[in-house]
Amino acid sequence: MSFPWAKEYTPTNPVMKFLDEKLPLPRLVYNAVGAGYPVPRNLSYFWNFGVLAGFFLVLQIVTGVVLAMHYAANAQVAFATTEHIMRDVNWGWLMRYAHANGASFFFIVVYLHIFRGFYYSSYKAPREMIWLLGVVIFLLMMATAFMGYVLPWGQMSFWGAKVITGLFGAIPLIGEPIQVWLLGGFAPDNAALNRFFSLHFLLPFVIAGVVILHIWALHIPGSSNPTGVEVKSESDTLPFHPYYTAKDGFGLGVALLLYFGLVFFLPNYLGHPDNYIEANPLSTPAHIVPEWYFWPFYAILRAFTADFFFIPAKLMGVLAMFSAILLWFFLPWLDKSPVRSGHYRPLFRKFFWFGLIPAMAVLFYCGGAPAEEPFVMLSQIATAYYFLHFLVILPIVSQIEKPEPLPYSITEAVLGSDDKAVLGENATPAV
Amino acid sequence: MADTAATATPETAGVTDNGIRRRDFLDIAAVSAAGIGGLAVVYPLVSQMAPSKDVLAASSTEVDVGSIEPGMAIKAIFRKQPLFVRRLTAQEIKMAEDVAVGSLRDPQTLEERTKEGHKDMLVTMGVCTHLGCVPLGAAVGEPRGEFGGYFCPCHGSHYDTAGRIRKGPAPTNLEVPEYAFTSDTVIQVG
Repeated sequence: MSFPWAKEYTPTNPVMKFLDEKLPLPRLVYNAVGAGYPVPRNLSYFWNFGVLAGFFLVLQIVTGVVLAMHYAANAQVAFATTEHIMRDVNWGWLMRYAHANGASFFFIVVYLHIFRGFYYSSYKAPREMIWLLGVVIFLLMMATAFMGYVLPWGQMSFWGAKVITGLFGAIPLIGEPIQVWLLGGFAPDNAALNRFFSLHFLLPFVIAGVVILHIWALHIPGSSNPTGVEVKSESDTLPFHPYYTAKDGFGLGVALLLYFGLVFFLPNYLGHPDNYIEANPLSTPAHIVPEWYFWPFYAILRAFTADFFFIPAKLMGVLAMFSAILLWFFLPWLDKSPVRSGHYRPLFRKFFWFGLIPAMAVLFYCGGAPAEEPFVMLSQIATAYYFLHFLVILPIVSQIEKPEPLPYSITEAVLGSDDKAVLGENATPAV
Repeated sequence: MADTAATATPETAGVTDNGIRRRDFLDIAAVSAAGIGGLAVVYPLVSQMAPSKDVLAASSTEVDVGSIEPGMAIKAIFRKQPLFVRRLTAQEIKMAEDVAVGSLRDPQTLEERTKEGHKDMLVTMGVCTHLGCVPLGAAVGEPRGEFGGYFCPCHGSHYDTAGRIRKGPAPTNLEVPEYAFTSDTVIQVG
């Protein structure tokens, strides 16, 4: 499952020898993140975010388990126990702020991880399965984050739960019964809060399971790299440890500085003040928006304001929002270009930087803005481009584009005399 | 040093004049910082399970002991555990004082277990020091054991009229919590 030149695990310590014979766990670690895993020698810092995402998943599980020791999922006391955590529990404020901002950082690093995948086409053969599992992880993350946000039982929790389950109400005929079934009532209450807590506790472990599959699938072809040229020989690789443990360690240090800057100095910057008001089923907050990481998809949901032939606007918005992510499942087969890296794809790069990224930025901004003009129109234009990009532009570009010449190998790209000509271009698309 | 750029390997790069590699220093510094950081993380993770501020705030309680007749006892609650307050009769005081202290498993005099001027007021936790059951003997009609104090039904520990262990598996006398008389008839426990 690895390259033939991968170093073999050879324990000398008798305890490790015993362990290796009975349960080769150290061997597994050695071959997964140790010296026994050869990795392309040219990985940039964009290859840090997988490890960072894993770190934040563990952080969320640890702080989450701690919070669950002090929280009670009952509509009568949920809000009070959240305040109890903030005021009475030793270091409870740290645990809660670390968990709330940990969710944001988990999404930040995962979005950068996905961005890396888009630009370097990490989804292409032979890595389709890694990509598909990644999309599954992302969907699970969204569900987990949404249900976690309901637990403090503030105003945003309550109305978020109502609005998001309301999405299912858009399904024709069976929509309303489904919404009532999901909530276990006609509005969010004890039943909904309890099942959200139960699932919010369960799903992170499901995510951890899919992450193991994601990494397993990764270790079959090995990591991609910024050139997109596959590993050809031993000189193209370095052992994961110590080279990438050090590089990931440095990236982790930078991420932790930013993260704790937020936790300690701006812990509520990414939250909403309304969530410090206890849930009130009789009054909706004036400006209701989801957490920032849902904004692009929320903008797509709200972009559909008129009925589309026989499909009502409400259903259309919901379909579009879910399709926006489900689309990613088809990405490996929509982008047919044999060249992986965006470095060597001049036309793709244009549409990427001047099309997809601005469209995502607009959707992100509009999702957090009030549902009024000009944001609705901007969302509509950006939504149209988003779908056009994946469904029309990508397939056509991959047919008509003439890619730039690829280096023969990773080693040539790193050490060759044409080093700068090939790699120095990534910042300025010169075509 | 000048030629290291041409021949540098991980073993020779950055060797300073006294033969120490810069890389070793960085390694040790980075791993130490991460280790200390990791330990710093463990502290709040452990501490969060200790009693929270609201639990500690409820760990002080006032009990009115003025209406207890000699020979009677009341049960109060201190830190969510039973607290026995018992007013001893003259005979019970005598029984407690007649024992040779040296022969006890946990040698203590009645005086040491009560407050000055209130030798008849025995305040103890109602928690057997063996495994934490509530001993009998505080309520009317309950068995008081062979020594007229308290009797723990779980594993048969007998306490005398000063709440001292006399027979059975319990290792120490019934705990006397920290308390003080705030007036002649009121005690504050904790």
